[in-house]
Amino acid sequence: MTNSSAAPATEKQRERAMKMKLIKRDWRINKAVYLMALPVLAYFIIFNYIPMGGILMAFQDYSIKKGILGSQWVGLLNFTNFFKSIYFGRLIRNTLLISFYGLLFSFPFPIIFALCLNEVRNKHFKKVTQTISYLPYFISVVVVVAILQDFCKAGGVLTNLAKALGDTGGALIARPEWFRTLYIGSNMWQHLGYNSIIFISALASIDQELYEAAVIDGAGRWKQTLYITLPGISSTIVVLLILRLGQIMNVGYEKTILMYGPATYETADVIASYVYRVGLVDANYSYSTAINLFNSVINFLVLFVSNLVSRKLSETSLW
Amino acid sequence: MLKRTTGEKVFAVFNAIGLIMLSIVFVLPVWHVAMGSISDPLKLSATSGLILWPLGDATLGGYKLVLQNNSIAISYLNTLIYVVCATAFGTGLSILAAYVMSRKDLYFKGPIVFIVTFTMIFNGGLIPTYMVVRNLGMLDTRWAMIIPASVTAYNIIIMRTSFASVPDALSEAATIDGAGHFRILAQIILPVSKSIIAVIVLFYGIQHWNSWFNASIYLTERKLFPLQLTLREIVLLSSENSIVADADGQDVEIYRPLIKYATIMVSVIPMMVIYPFVQKYFVSGVMIGSVKG
Repeated sequence: MTNSSAAPATEKQRERAMKMKLIKRDWRINKAVYLMALPVLAYFIIFNYIPMGGILMAFQDYSIKKGILGSQWVGLLNFTNFFKSIYFGRLIRNTLLISFYGLLFSFPFPIIFALCLNEVRNKHFKKVTQTISYLPYFISVVVVVAILQDFCKAGGVLTNLAKALGDTGGALIARPEWFRTLYIGSNMWQHLGYNSIIFISALASIDQELYEAAVIDGAGRWKQTLYITLPGISSTIVVLLILRLGQIMNVGYEKTILMYGPATYETADVIASYVYRVGLVDANYSYSTAINLFNSVINFLVLFVSNLVSRKLSETSLW
Repeated sequence: MLKRTTGEKVFAVFNAIGLIMLSIVFVLPVWHVAMGSISDPLKLSATSGLILWPLGDATLGGYKLVLQNNSIAISYLNTLIYVVCATAFGTGLSILAAYVMSRKDLYFKGPIVFIVTFTMIFNGGLIPTYMVVRNLGMLDTRWAMIIPASVTAYNIIIMRTSFASVPDALSEAATIDGAGHFRILAQIILPVSKSIIAVIVLFYGIQHWNSWFNASIYLTERKLFPLQLTLREIVLLSSENSIVADADGQDVEIYRPLIKYATIMVSVIPMMVIYPFVQKYFVSGVMIGSVKG
């Protein structure tokens, strides 16, 4: 009995001594490396981790004067206020719909674009097309929205086009029923080329011998696409789909607040833009932070679950 | 090489036509703005719809107005300062962090990697971050445009991947020769990683050139505004303080569309000029990122 209880103790001590020795040795060799790590750790602590601590204000009635330590605690009041708010349903619906339609339309197109480009035999044509497709990515959101407004004002290019097709409502940009289409359409315009890069490189890495073997077996291009190309890039597709699904509640505010106006809030206002408006325009800091935290937590859960599902179904996962 | 069936030939033709049309869609909006910016102001303000060629006699009058305008000149200069400083700062910190994370024998590597990567999936959000910047006294200073959004974990990870692929033998040999970590980084890793550094400089540079949001919440003083924010005022908010007021008492409304297009072009041209040359680096960066992402 005494032996068996004494043995683990010395074992533990020995382990600890070993550990200390390792750490000391590590410090001797890598002192300079830890020194290099300091600036970036300080950066992330100041600009990412301290703000994470600042999330506490979601549970307070925060006032700038009193700070986090002095402000009054209110528990979950900000959250319950949000859940009861008349905007809650609208914000969730708008966020989910923009995200869902965005995924539905903008996810497949880069893949189709990559597949079409892959079928082009002329290398020069392929290169030029691909280069042109990146062009919109280099343009700022402010400019994209500026062009969009120009095209969708009364008498603008797209407004006229819609009119020619039988639309009678006037400027598209001011109409809630058009907001999603314009938001998602301009996103697709801007990101199609960029999003296709990954698929193009995945296509390039497929073993060419597979195609040669398929040709010998008498498979045409269509069959080759179906049985070699698509399976060859399917894991890339799955990983990117998980990433996108994890972002389903994450519609950014930058573009929304440039594009929307009181006339289009009904379909345009999403959680992020509401967080911005409540927080920075109305200076309702605690409430805004609470809504943001709610959103982040949902995002995190969605990412976690979609990753879990994917690991079960396809053995492809992020972690 | 291989004989194509009729169906495949037909597909090839349609495919090519489709891709050409798509390319036109990518270019057309920018083309429209470019042509609008050199059009005759009178005709421009009277027309609507797509501008395929300059309306009336091509003129650089819009650019003249825009370039003479003080607030645009100042914000252009501000943007240059912000882009250069923030990119230099961000790239410097990223290089150090990437070197640290690419070391294989670091005892506390796990926690360091975690601290960096966790920032990709969770953050404090808008208000808490704003409060930190505020408490640091950065509001309405150039620092607010240079420091807060200058380092991203994603870029560090891309760089780490590249640093880690440098053969260990090189740095081991240097260690035997008595080189410390700073010398290994400066004389071994950096010289062979020029292209990844170009990628990261490019990523940060584009991000800062195009960003406007942080400026809109951290800055209220006009003389500090970056180009995108001034652009937003002129183009999206049709601010009264804009250049139109400077147009020498002429009927200012007529100049509004011309100035709008010219201002957009002034902000877009630098990107359009460099992007065909840098897109090679850009693509390789996206690919490295996707492997690890």
